[in-house]
Amino acid sequence: MSEASPVVEARGLVKSFAAHGGLLGTGPRFRAVDGVDLVVRERETVGLVGESGSGKSTLGRLLVRLVDPDAGGIRFDGADLLAVKAAPLRRLRRQFQIVFQDPYASLNPRMRVGTLVREPLDIHRIGSTRADRREAAARLLEEVGLDRAAMDRFPHEFSGGQRQRIGIARAMACGPRFVVADEPVSALDASIQAQILNLLVDLRERHGLALLFIAHDLRIVRFVASRVAVMYLGRIVEEGPTAEVYARPLHPYTKALLEAVPRRRPSDPPARILAGEPPSPVNPPSGCRFRTRCPVAEAVCTSEDPPLRQVASGRRVACHLV
Amino acid sequence: MAPLLEIAGLKVEYASARGPVLAVDGLDLAVPRGMTYALVGESGSGKTASAYSILRLVEPGRITAGRIVFDGRDLMTLTEKEMRKVRGDAIGLAFQEPGAALHPVLRIGTQVGEALQIHRGLSRKQAWAEAVKLLADVALPDPERQARAYPHELSGGMKQRVMLAIALSCRPKLLVADEPTSALDVTIQAQILALLRRLKAEHDLTVLLITHDLGVVAEVADRVGVMYAGRIVEEADAAALFDDPKHPYTRALLAAVPSDDPKTGRRLIALPGNVPDPAAPPSGCRFHPRCPERFAPCDSDDPAMTEPEAGRRVACHLYDRALAR
Repeated sequence: MSEASPVVEARGLVKSFAAHGGLLGTGPRFRAVDGVDLVVRERETVGLVGESGSGKSTLGRLLVRLVDPDAGGIRFDGADLLAVKAAPLRRLRRQFQIVFQDPYASLNPRMRVGTLVREPLDIHRIGSTRADRREAAARLLEEVGLDRAAMDRFPHEFSGGQRQRIGIARAMACGPRFVVADEPVSALDASIQAQILNLLVDLRERHGLALLFIAHDLRIVRFVASRVAVMYLGRIVEEGPTAEVYARPLHPYTKALLEAVPRRRPSDPPARILAGEPPSPVNPPSGCRFRTRCPVAEAVCTSEDPPLRQVASGRRVACHLV
Repeated sequence: MAPLLEIAGLKVEYASARGPVLAVDGLDLAVPRGMTYALVGESGSGKTASAYSILRLVEPGRITAGRIVFDGRDLMTLTEKEMRKVRGDAIGLAFQEPGAALHPVLRIGTQVGEALQIHRGLSRKQAWAEAVKLLADVALPDPERQARAYPHELSGGMKQRVMLAIALSCRPKLLVADEPTSALDVTIQAQILALLRRLKAEHDLTVLLITHDLGVVAEVADRVGVMYAGRIVEEADAAALFDDPKHPYTRALLAAVPSDDPKTGRRLIALPGNVPDPAAPPSGCRFHPRCPERFAPCDSDDPAMTEPEAGRRVACHLYDRALAR
């Protein structure tokens, strides 16, 4: 199997924030993302999973340059994304887009849907006339499963699932090659989640997208992603093909996470318990960051930070005991 | 033995810009003693309004019809003063957002002991000592110290443990838990669900659980009522419901959970359309516009509740003998 070419390649990304504000950001800082390498290839969906505070959303925002890293590099189509100047960056932005979790908060309530979807086309001057762009917006709405009559209405007139479709239409407007979907179905009802997941899968296939799908729900990631990366306290602790990682997780945290997923039916074995809670990222544990909750930790785990290393074809894990 | 809780013909109405909306439109359910009954539904299904009706906490809405019999007493006939004695005493309530439900500037120990001072007449000191025991019971680490903490010093999972300690402080017969794990991470959710199972067994509790998550139902429920657009459409024991769902809506909900099959790139079986607007519910069966199995009577006739087998109720024309195809 020949590998598709990387669309996005991140190396050693670090991003820190001031903990609880702090006047002028002078308080203690913590590293939300602390040395992450990740590649997303053409036509590939990478699932990024982790709990709150794992840094998965920050990583997603770094990859589309909504925030800039403190250290590390990002290559987009082979070019150094961090070296791009403001004007060319604006032009490049049409290539990478983000879909947000909350379709209620991410659409301007005072703009009509047609304008919301047309706005990226206007900004990037795609299409020669305003009428062209309006027609393009109508087609985008139809592609995401809405009626073109939606153009003249306001976001509040739509349900959560329909708003998420509008958000996706906006993200797709300029024909991106890379899309970050940050918990795109977490705020939606169960019967609506499946519609939106199917839509994202269809769009990826039709447009050959590279998709980074950020989620805390492992059942959903298993459905959409061909490769999965698991984050814990700012680091990727395991990465590999989804089917292999789910069938044979290597990192104790991945195992615990999979065992904590609620059972599908009452006759299945109950979810297993991982004790404790993630430690504060302001003061991460020495050595392996997972050792304070790890059921198999040994002395070496306290003293040495395990590097993320390749253990099999396409599989990486950061654990001393694997 | 009579069920601990019995609701019959409950209607809850809210005012809206477009006139009155029936959030709950004729709810009947019975929660047997010692069971965990899960009321499952999506947004707008009326599950939350149904649960808060039991405590008569539906403002700004109002209960316009129905009977709510708890432990042999019709709660609808109680005065507000009598009702206050039921809340937090015989019926404990755990909210979805413990961060919002806890008082931000009161110490945890004070909040956990508050109901004991009100309902049991304990002194502050006695209530504090009981609070520390309750916090230990919900497995909050270092309860002596945490009792002195303020809510913002606790994680989401710890706050939910505190909520459960408050809900259980007066040894209630019924615990109403509203989406107790929806705001939590998966590993913390598993901890809280296991805690709920243990507390139920140790305290001889009956639990009414409100949730949208079928995984949570599979983890803890004995019996399940599935709500859609203000009504129960199917009710059965949990194992029977998951193994053999009868109502097309229940089937669709179960089919919408991505399966364990590791093949990727398939499509999920998605229900078309949206959850109906409670201000303008569809005619006939409220599920008919989205139903893959609808037939002649569904858009005009409201299906009656049928009992296709012992212990199972379904409101669907497919199970109506007179109409059977």
